Amino acid sequence: MSNQIFVIVEHLKGNIEDITFEMLGKGKEIAGATGGELVAVLLGSGADDLAGQLGAAGKVIYVDDPQLAEYNPQAYCKAVSALVAANQPKMVLVGNTSMGMDIAGGVSVANNLPFIAYASGIANDGSTVTSSLYGGKMNVDSSPGGDGCVVSVIAGSFPADAGRVEGSPAVETASADIGDLSIRFKQLIEPEGGDVDITAQEILVSVGRGIQSDENLPMAEELAAKLGGAISCSRPIVDSKWLAKTRQVGKSGLKVKPKLYLALGISGAPEHIEGMKDADLIIAVNTDPKAPIFDYAHYGVVQDLFDFIPALSSKL
Amino acid sequence: MNIIVPIKQVPDLVEELEINSAGTDLDREWLKMKLNEFDDHALEEALLLKDEQGANVTAIALDGDDIDKALFAAAAKGADRLIKVTGVAGTSTHEAAKAMANVIQGLEYDLVMTGVQAVDDRDGQMAVLLAHYLGIPHVSVVTGVQVAGSSVTVHKEYGGGMVAEFEAATPLALGIQAARETPRYVPVAKVRRASRDANIEEMAAGDLGVDAGSTVAKMYKPETGAGAEMIDGSAEDQASKIIEILTQKGIK
Ligand SMILES: Cc1cc2nc3c(=O)[nH]c(=O)nc-3n(C[C@H](O)[C@H](O)[C@H](O)COP(=O)(O)OP(=O)(O)OC[C@H]3O[C@@H](n4cnc5c(N)ncnc54)[C@H](O)[C@@H]3O)c2cc1C
Repeated sequence: MSNQIFVIVEHLKGNIEDITFEMLGKGKEIAGATGGELVAVLLGSGADDLAGQLGAAGKVIYVDDPQLAEYNPQAYCKAVSALVAANQPKMVLVGNTSMGMDIAGGVSVANNLPFIAYASGIANDGSTVTSSLYGGKMNVDSSPGGDGCVVSVIAGSFPADAGRVEGSPAVETASADIGDLSIRFKQLIEPEGGDVDITAQEILVSVGRGIQSDENLPMAEELAAKLGGAISCSRPIVDSKWLAKTRQVGKSGLKVKPKLYLALGISGAPEHIEGMKDADLIIAVNTDPKAPIFDYAHYGVVQDLFDFIPALSSKL
Repeated sequence: MNIIVPIKQVPDLVEELEINSAGTDLDREWLKMKLNEFDDHALEEALLLKDEQGANVTAIALDGDDIDKALFAAAAKGADRLIKVTGVAGTSTHEAAKAMANVIQGLEYDLVMTGVQAVDDRDGQMAVLLAHYLGIPHVSVVTGVQVAGSSVTVHKEYGGGMVAEFEAATPLALGIQAARETPRYVPVAKVRRASRDANIEEMAAGDLGVDAGSTVAKMYKPETGAGAEMIDGSAEDQASKIIEILTQKGIK
């Protein structure tokens, strides 16, 4: 095992995603505390210019391959697994993102390494990883074994600014024998524009599964109108096709930062929190006093939303 | 086309969760369990493919509390074959995935579709670990699957509603985030009928030789309410207080 901390760089359409900078910032602390080297692992085709944004790392390992021109789960798994096998890092940090969820488990099995998922905290000496489980209702501290591990990091857990350092560290070019692929990238499909851009709204009334039925939506819409805002929601509301995808807040939806985020019947799963925790004022209404949303809200109301909404509406 | 759908029961988060006396896991004695909601989506997507073009759908689960009921519910919804994998003592996803892989290896399959994650998969997600134990390619966070001959079109969701489309050959494992349709509902009477008519085949997990590789030091509840100032009283009182706050902050 080496003393390296790997950060797998995530980029899409020429942009490095924030999660990468968050992991670089945290990885730098760990490398500093353990006398290790922080290594940014960059995969792509003609993407070497991105190394100029990875100044937080001590070194960039760059793999250039036409099969990495677009993100491909199979190609990334093979390439990262090979680099991990060759370098034996003591920790591999991967985003708990759509891409990272393809990679982390694959690298774990291929290299027979422990995998600790959903990390929201990592001790600087690398000895303890805190995972957010059970929809954010429980934290679990795990101790990785001695010989390296893969950790997937929940976006928003560490400040991105700490890892945003201009200037390229030394770039080491590596090759990865990706071989034949049975998965081919076809295209990126952009989301359809919605009637309202929720990222531009100052006031969001956001509903979750607590609203129970689409028949109850007008009640929340009326409240939103009275407050001069728009309605947004958690993922299950979109999966049930009660509201358009463009209204979804969170990891696979949109990131919002309104002046007021009123969360009605939303539990506060980490994937939702990712999208709204930076709102100026968060007020949460939930019947469950233990709902994780109250960890992030400024004000909490334990109440049945079917009693609360009319009460608030009538006062506006 | 043969589709295998691994499913599992997870604690229902609506219930109060208690920690065991060792402080390392949930107190499982009184836990209310329910089907992992993403597994429900995986089953739905498999059944949609079956409806559209015919497929043989096998629901498979590790032995455990309430699992027969979950398997019978899958049969009531349209699964053709039910398998229960026995002989797994550990609770890690690595062990569960290896056990699944051992059994699935002996079956005919084109697609393996399971939920993208579960609320308790501390050491990683089933779909990706299973795929790598089977030695087949994998895509996670999938929101739509279409099959034409031996070619599978997969939609994978990124952030912000952006979707990547991939074309893949079988065999293939998929971590399903959401089915194209809302998972079908099945009345209890139909599940009860399935529990009489359908047969659950038991298969042994065989040698595992893997584990999570890490140990749980401690489980604890995050500081609930640490951030929030809680507003008590009746709904009317609470609403008045919220109005006060909004006025104070210049929002209303
Ligand atoms: C890869 C991936 C990406 C994801 N992306 C997102 C995302 O972008 N956005 C997102 O939101 N989720 C996302 N999720 C889903 C996420 O894990 C949760 O399942 C989801 O956020 C839960 O939504 P919810 O809070 O509305 O529902 P639940 O967790 O079911 O919570 C409902 C809440 O309502 C409360 N409640 C019930 N009745 C009432 C009542 N009458 N009055 C008041 N309160 C009541 C309950 O106490 C509960 O807390 C993603 C998941 C995965 C795996």
